[in-house]
Amino acid sequence: MAFQPSKQVYSGQIREVTLGVGDKAVVIGGKAAYPFHSFEGSIPHPPKVAMEIWDKDPTEDWCAAAKEPFKDVLADPAAWAKKCVSEFGAEILVVQTKSADPNADNRPADQVAETVKKIVEAVDVPVVVWGVANHEKDTEVMRAVAEKCTGKRLALSPVEDGDYKQIGAACLGYQHIVVSSSPIDVNLAKQLNILLGNLGVNSKDIVIDPTTGGLGYGLEYSYSVMERIVQAALTQEDEKLQQPIIANVGNEVWKSKEANLSAEDAPQLGDPTQRAILMECITAVDLLLAGADVVTLRHPESVKRIKGFIQKMM
Amino acid sequence: MGLTGIQIFKLLPKTNCGECGVPTCLAFAMNLASGKAELEKCPYVSEEAKEKLASESAPPIRPLTIGTGEYAVKVGGETVMFRHEKTFVNPPGLAAVVSTNEDDASVQGKMDRFKAAQYDRVGLKLRAEMFVVNDASGDAGKFIALAKKVSDGTGAGLILKSDSVDVLKAAATELKDKKPLIYAATAANADALGELAKAVECPLAVKGDGTLDSVAALTEKLTGMGLKDLVIDTGSRELKKVFEEQILIRRAALKDKYRPLGFPTIIMANEMANDLMDESLVAATFIAKYGALICLSDFQAHSLFPLFLDRLNIYTDPQRPMTAEQGIYPINNPDENSPVLVTCNFSLTYFIVSGEIEASRVPSWLCVQDTEGLSVMTAWAAGKFSGESVGSFINKCGIKDKVKHTTLIIPGYAAGISGELEEELSGWTIQIGPREASQIPKLLKTWKP
Repeated sequence: MAFQPSKQVYSGQIREVTLGVGDKAVVIGGKAAYPFHSFEGSIPHPPKVAMEIWDKDPTEDWCAAAKEPFKDVLADPAAWAKKCVSEFGAEILVVQTKSADPNADNRPADQVAETVKKIVEAVDVPVVVWGVANHEKDTEVMRAVAEKCTGKRLALSPVEDGDYKQIGAACLGYQHIVVSSSPIDVNLAKQLNILLGNLGVNSKDIVIDPTTGGLGYGLEYSYSVMERIVQAALTQEDEKLQQPIIANVGNEVWKSKEANLSAEDAPQLGDPTQRAILMECITAVDLLLAGADVVTLRHPESVKRIKGFIQKMM
Repeated sequence: MGLTGIQIFKLLPKTNCGECGVPTCLAFAMNLASGKAELEKCPYVSEEAKEKLASESAPPIRPLTIGTGEYAVKVGGETVMFRHEKTFVNPPGLAAVVSTNEDDASVQGKMDRFKAAQYDRVGLKLRAEMFVVNDASGDAGKFIALAKKVSDGTGAGLILKSDSVDVLKAAATELKDKKPLIYAATAANADALGELAKAVECPLAVKGDGTLDSVAALTEKLTGMGLKDLVIDTGSRELKKVFEEQILIRRAALKDKYRPLGFPTIIMANEMANDLMDESLVAATFIAKYGALICLSDFQAHSLFPLFLDRLNIYTDPQRPMTAEQGIYPINNPDENSPVLVTCNFSLTYFIVSGEIEASRVPSWLCVQDTEGLSVMTAWAAGKFSGESVGSFINKCGIKDKVKHTTLIIPGYAAGISGELEEELSGWTIQIGPREASQIPKLLKTWKP
């Protein structure tokens, strides 16, 4: 008797969310099956690979392996953005507004927004603006960004329990996407989406960030919360969780100790560049398998390999 | 999954003799159903019931062990599709291939790197466990010599891979005490290799033709011959297809109790990618999605270390947080004038806080208090990181003998305990540190006793 594989029954579907405008706008989400389970359900859009850039020169913060590919553009965010798109094939750009951090440079909001605007104007791919998770400062920065880039359908992140009213309203007013961000918890993710709905944010304009933990630093929590969100969305008709997911992978992985140790400091850990790239790629692979629709990466080699991985899996 | 406690109870003697260790047959039945007891504990169960229960209560994915001694790898025995449903129990064994047509230096390099790439993390040893010994020439003598060299030189488990029944027979007979995995029975040689595996009492891999039907045909034939310890290679090498198969195999075994696919699987990542980096991504895919043995073309620290972390993360019990040991951790060679910080023993907190202190390059003492794996905020809310518990820990842990100053830095999220803590630690100043670990270096760089 031939083997009859049993099929998972799916009763829900992840919503499609369009990031950006124009020819290079990107549609994410839409899947009606578990990640890469195209053998038993529809997955209309492959997951996308975003690249991160910083709005300030990261020379002091980044290790040699991360700086090398961008060494000519690190001080010029617009040039850096262009390089990511034209040379390294970024499908989406994530601008980390590190310069706004009140514990570091604390650059004023309108200056930060001006830099973001220059980046947005320099590229045609969709842009995600990722703040510093300080409610007061992010609110100031995101409001300014939202206004300066009206109608560009940027995704503003992280929008948290403590600032969703302010940033959510800015997204509503100037036509941007909300990245609904909650600390590794299915119910909190759901609750924030309900609150955003009450505020008037359309579910076509919400992406979930359930918080990313890097490899060795809480990856398993992010992995399981994503699997649970996708399960609830696709098999339990939890319509408040039927939103695409973004994972800010590069930023998490590259701040871990082991991604930055040099060959002199840790000869037993092998080649530092390849090790860090693999730490980034493996985190991305796991979160893609768990349900991420967008993974944000730092190193061009990671981008290349993860794009190859997605292609082979689709 | 399997029979319910009540269904099992009906098959038991119902005498409530208590000889199994629990007072009633019903309680014993419940333990059997949840996998907490073994049927052998009941001296009076009938043969018929035994047979029925054995087939019904056998784990849906056959647990088996490859290799012996400290590198023995236990695989199979998994009970869930998603780790959050319970936990994944047996982490996959990682192997690299050595071949009889490979030069000595290359083989030696792999053996050396196997031994060197061993790391301690939260009290666990991270390392690879196995070698695939590949027969490239059909020469049994060469094959056995290589397998012995690797086994004697490293203690690693072995996967004996050859197309020749004679070579496998010679090698498995010679090395049977090492409990190698014999690779692999195909439609063409299943009878001979089945007999061999039975005679030497070693696990046997089956290799299908890229269909699950072919795999089921092989395992049914071999279980019919009395073999139990089988490992599945579907024969597919295309990433997308292998992924689909791994899902379907796990699902068939767990959801449908389909015995012919109820075996651990082996992934030949080395045959599925063009370089070690991409092989490592294949390996990561199947660490998460149901591979039980994963073979790479080489051992290199830059690939192994991330894979070890991945395996550790995926196979961590989601119900039990990983913890760091309670105690004093000296970082950057501290002395009697170095700052003293205290935090909880949730492993992530420990990693992040110690990482930040290390990155600051400021010599410091980090005191880690046992909070049963809870993070600072949760432990504080649960009363496990209170003025009293922190005070008593600081008083007893011995840090007072290591420093001359009397200042303790506590996490910003636990600011509320400072008053009570000052009472517990008379004469000490409690300094409230930052809420986020990333701000620790800033504090330490300007810290004065």
